[in-house]
Amino acid sequence: MITNNTAIQAETLTKRFGDFTAVDAISFEVKKGEIFGFLGANGAGKTTAMRMLCGLSIPTSGKATVAGFDVYKQTEHIKRSIGYMSQKFSLYEDLTVKENIRFYAGIYGKSDAFIKEKTAFLLKELHLEAEANKLVRSLPLGWKQKLAFSVAIFHEPEIVFLDEPTGGVDPVTRREFWNMIYKAAESGITIFVTTHYMDEAEYCNRVSIMVDGRIDALDTPAQLKRTFEVRSMDEVFLKLARKAKRAAD
Amino acid sequence: MLNAHALRQLAEPGEIINMRTLRFLLQKEFRQIFRDPSIIRIIFMMPSIQLLILPWAADYEVKNIQLSVVDHDHSQYSRQLVNKVTSSGYFKLQDYSGSYLNAMQHIEHDEADLVLEIPADFEKKLIRENEATLFMAINAINGVKANLGGAYLRSIIQDYNREVRLKWVQLPRFNPELQIEVTSSNWFNTSMNYKYFMVPGILVVLVTMVGAFLASLNIVREKEIGTIEQINVTPVKKYHFILGKLIPFWILGLLILTIGLTLARVAYGIVPTGSLLVIYTFAAVYLLAVLGLGLLLSTYTSNQQQAMLLSFFMMMVFILLSGLYTSIDSMPAWAKAITRVNPVTYFIDVMRMVVLKGSGLKDISTHLFTVLGFAVVLNTWAVIHYKKRS
Repeated sequence: MITNNTAIQAETLTKRFGDFTAVDAISFEVKKGEIFGFLGANGAGKTTAMRMLCGLSIPTSGKATVAGFDVYKQTEHIKRSIGYMSQKFSLYEDLTVKENIRFYAGIYGKSDAFIKEKTAFLLKELHLEAEANKLVRSLPLGWKQKLAFSVAIFHEPEIVFLDEPTGGVDPVTRREFWNMIYKAAESGITIFVTTHYMDEAEYCNRVSIMVDGRIDALDTPAQLKRTFEVRSMDEVFLKLARKAKRAAD
Repeated sequence: MLNAHALRQLAEPGEIINMRTLRFLLQKEFRQIFRDPSIIRIIFMMPSIQLLILPWAADYEVKNIQLSVVDHDHSQYSRQLVNKVTSSGYFKLQDYSGSYLNAMQHIEHDEADLVLEIPADFEKKLIRENEATLFMAINAINGVKANLGGAYLRSIIQDYNREVRLKWVQLPRFNPELQIEVTSSNWFNTSMNYKYFMVPGILVVLVTMVGAFLASLNIVREKEIGTIEQINVTPVKKYHFILGKLIPFWILGLLILTIGLTLARVAYGIVPTGSLLVIYTFAAVYLLAVLGLGLLLSTYTSNQQQAMLLSFFMMMVFILLSGLYTSIDSMPAWAKAITRVNPVTYFIDVMRMVVLKGSGLKDISTHLFTVLGFAVVLNTWAVIHYKKRS
């Protein structure tokens, strides 16, 4: 049942490409303000599932709602309510820091006053004031990722989808990045994050692990470790992922 | 909290937001275009280079034809003939060969294009029998040169023939053979200046390249770096994104046209006989068609290399099957059919009509509506094929 407290709800959500079932009847629920880890080996179907939830891909069957909107009929409403940061770096490298912020805030329909005020605040928080008018191209990767995350939540979405946000980033920056995620969650934004780093899985409130298009496990990290009688999430993941028959891409 | 999104939607007056979204997209696009040094180069360098250099090379007049003469006669008449040929300005006397075989060697070594053989009894026959034969051998590897070279030589010989007759024929006597002499005058381009003919055509190719190919490369680039995915998860609508891409390149196309027309005036003194308004009206519609084509190209390719190769291929077809260099009337029926579905054909035609003949809107209306048809078909196709969701 969709309650006031539900951010994402999926019921036997399925996506097939011809004979291939990329996502096989997954069901789960994400609560508001939760940090939800969406784990799985490469090719397990994470990205496909995420694309359906973001309104980029039409499901083959099953039901899902995001921020209370239907993924079949209300994709435009969904798009207004979510933020998205993909594993590919998605800011414009040939625009400055400020121009990127202004552009993305603008296309979400934010007012000039809102943009101006919040940009100043954000630049200060990220310590990017000196770089505000520099091209994004010239920033180090870690800064770019932090900026991309800030831009993804700039329009104050209800849910933010993060697709391997910390790929290729050093451990210190990863730590800082997760501090930003916690802060966003505290402000009420629901976080839906995919990652390959198992230490990051430990930071999540709950995690699901996808194997061959299905969700094989879903619980808090502590409970998962207890169930599988192991000491770390790393071992939980390995135990499940080894069963996979599908070749990684 | 329950009504948060409902409230937000109420607070957003649809159309105003839409115009605002478009404004943000356009602002971003123009910033990127004018920040890209390669685009600036293309906009200003390409028209300059193409318009200042190409028309000089794209000249059909064949000059400097290498002529090898085999004179077996060594008479006054044969010398006069050779003199007349070489003083025409089209031929360069490569050498006097002793024998035909010798001259053939020059052709084989690509040193001569034409051999003119004058038989030993040329003068004698001409005087006694009132007629003489000459032999001409043409190197047909370069078809254009061979054709025109042969024709020039033939007409010079005919001319010479007339002169000789005129000398012999006494005034009261009639020429036994009636001859019709044809004189012609060239309308709209009196001096048959090829630049007047080529420059408007090359300008069309330029506008096409900017409209179709720069736009498609730009869209494919967003696909390649992944920003298009980011745009797709925002509330930006399909038509916003497409308009945001088409408008800047539409303006860019008209800018190139302006630069090109200015260059044509400054460098070649080509001032359109017809109205500039007609040219711009047609160009505005034409650009919609080629931009649609660019958009379509971008939906069928996933990276810049593919788009570039496809553009290159299409450009070749466009140029060769547009009547830019060769006359459409002399093409086989199937090639003519292709020229009719090639938008470039219509613009080249219109440009030449307006620039040389001074045609008005009424004269080009069929062309205008045809190109408008292209614009509608290509853009509809592209928009249907451009998927925001899969």
